[in-house]
Amino acid sequence: MEKDFTVALAGNPNVGKSTIFNALTGMKQHTGNWTGKTVETAAGYFKTDNNNYRLVDLPGTYSLMPHSFEEKVARDFIIDQKPDVVIVVCDANTLSRNLTLVLQTIAVSQRVLVCVNLLDEAKKNGIEINLKMLEKRLGVRVVGTTARNKKTIESLLFALDEVIKQPPKTELNLKTDEETALEAVNRAEEICNGIITYKNQNYKKRDLKIDKIVTSKAFGFPLMLLLLCLVFWLTINGANYPSELLFKGFSWLEGELSALLLLLNCPKIIHNALIYGVFRTVGFIVSVMLPPMAIFFPLFTLLEDLGFLPRIAFNLDKPFKSCGACGKQALTMCMGFGCNAAGVTGCRIIDSPRERLLAILTNAFVPCNGRFPTIIAIITMFFIGGGISGSVTSAIILTTVITFGIILTFLATKLLSKTVLKGVPSNFILELPPYRQPQILKVIVRSIFDRTLFVLGRSLIVAAPAGLIIYIMSNTLVNGTTLLSYCADFLDPFARLLGLDGVILIAFILGFPANEIVVPIIIMAYMQNGILQDGFSLDFTQALFIENGWTVKTAISMLIFTLCHWPCSTTVLTIKKETASIKWTLLSILLPTAFGVVLCMIFNFICDVFF
Amino acid sequence: MSCLFDLDVGQKCQINDILIYDSLRRRLIDIGLTPKSVVECVEKSPLGDPKAFLIRGAVIALRKEICEKITVGAVI
Repeated sequence: MEKDFTVALAGNPNVGKSTIFNALTGMKQHTGNWTGKTVETAAGYFKTDNNNYRLVDLPGTYSLMPHSFEEKVARDFIIDQKPDVVIVVCDANTLSRNLTLVLQTIAVSQRVLVCVNLLDEAKKNGIEINLKMLEKRLGVRVVGTTARNKKTIESLLFALDEVIKQPPKTELNLKTDEETALEAVNRAEEICNGIITYKNQNYKKRDLKIDKIVTSKAFGFPLMLLLLCLVFWLTINGANYPSELLFKGFSWLEGELSALLLLLNCPKIIHNALIYGVFRTVGFIVSVMLPPMAIFFPLFTLLEDLGFLPRIAFNLDKPFKSCGACGKQALTMCMGFGCNAAGVTGCRIIDSPRERLLAILTNAFVPCNGRFPTIIAIITMFFIGGGISGSVTSAIILTTVITFGIILTFLATKLLSKTVLKGVPSNFILELPPYRQPQILKVIVRSIFDRTLFVLGRSLIVAAPAGLIIYIMSNTLVNGTTLLSYCADFLDPFARLLGLDGVILIAFILGFPANEIVVPIIIMAYMQNGILQDGFSLDFTQALFIENGWTVKTAISMLIFTLCHWPCSTTVLTIKKETASIKWTLLSILLPTAFGVVLCMIFNFICDVFF
Repeated sequence: MSCLFDLDVGQKCQINDILIYDSLRRRLIDIGLTPKSVVECVEKSPLGDPKAFLIRGAVIALRKEICEKITVGAVI
């Protein structure tokens, strides 16, 4: 076949562009029900019977007049790269507004194909659109789609093959003044006149009713907390049993592997390094991380697809504004629960550079899923018994810890905007999308395979060599003590000030590549102090920690420090990339660390004085 | 009735003028908030600010500071 045609996918935010992109290319970009989910342009390939296509997914924009980063990206791509066809995806529910972008795109591109998406949703809302008439008035090909329905995608491909045969338009209008913009808005309104019929005038009623509760004075905030608590409860409670099973499984496998290695006459030193170093670390991480992640990610994705996150941003905008920041920071904060590096990248949805920096620098104050298991493990070991009531208590404690992290986010944001990032809060425009029923099964499968296993894989890649290094450190003797104890002893006096000990602190330092390995390092370091026991489980870990002098005070200090210390290496690299500044990257490391050190010290001072 | 922020939930009115002259003005026009268009206040956040408006079929949240610079006609 001949050369690939380049096709760009443009459209307003949250109109299902990513869904269409995935349907065409067979790729699996995550789609979410909120504005600005796609912050980077993605490219993929697909072919029809006649042609090969390269598809570029542009960031969602309301306009092609360059005011913001995304708009500039989209506009520059269309004007400089001259894609053969631009597909403009429209939301059938808000067609008039979407047509503004269509008209602007027609003005600057060679060939345009309009795709009116979400027809099913519009139909449910009683909206009907005369697509034939729309095609006539616009003068470009129009296709109606329901991105979740395969058939309509085929008709899109068919239309694309036809549009590509049209001669390219050469007379382009690149004007960007206000007159042109207003003209497009008014033309869009005119075009819509008479081609849309609303059968149900109150189609937004259901959404508004839900929103009335979700954003009400009385229930808004309690509901958010309750939901957070529920998600954590399901996570903790559901993860308990599978975790235990995995622990048992790995314990058994450890015995078998060990026997196998000995049978093969493997030297003792290598056997120990592999079994007690690599295998135990990996086993611990899988047992502790996999179950909560496999529950938390799908739940979170459900909330995301439902359209709940923008409501959180809406509710939290005023507090963020009073800290000199943007309400969209609530969205990036939520993304941080999944992964801080993803949260930092997500900060691109914030237009003002100052507010974007605020969001980037404070993102690490919410614990990512690399730190969740540590927090959950400590809560389980030191604050509760088992059973349903136990898991409710631990969900409440976890919610308290997270809420504390959110409060710290506000404090840190305020501190920054009063000192190094002074300025007035800028504008805030946020679209509250309609609630959409998530495709539950798809969400579960997708989030387990795309997110859970991906994150788990990434942490294992770090964990396996880290386990080896730590094993070597804890078995290399320098002046009669191991290298690990040597380092731990050196840090111990300082760590004691924080209510921790040298081992914990060194675990955090060695956990820089991935926070997941903090607890396994602590276990390994403690075990070399002559308390080697068989099997390993949370009960064993708890006994081990208590034997090494842990009290509730240590546990709380550990929780505080888990919440606030330097971000992991991936996040730091992402911050460096996003800010393009060493200064801000250093600050992003120092800020949470300083918070952690000071808070731990204050907490321990108070404990010493009063207890 | 003078500015958009005075609208209570459930009230509708016509936009008179947008007294904003930076890039935000264009953003507002892009989302369809133009002089003479009719908007309805549909939601209020728990702390009273921002408020959300139904603008050309979409629900858009705007802060008090922006709303105060958008003058409106009488409640319809």
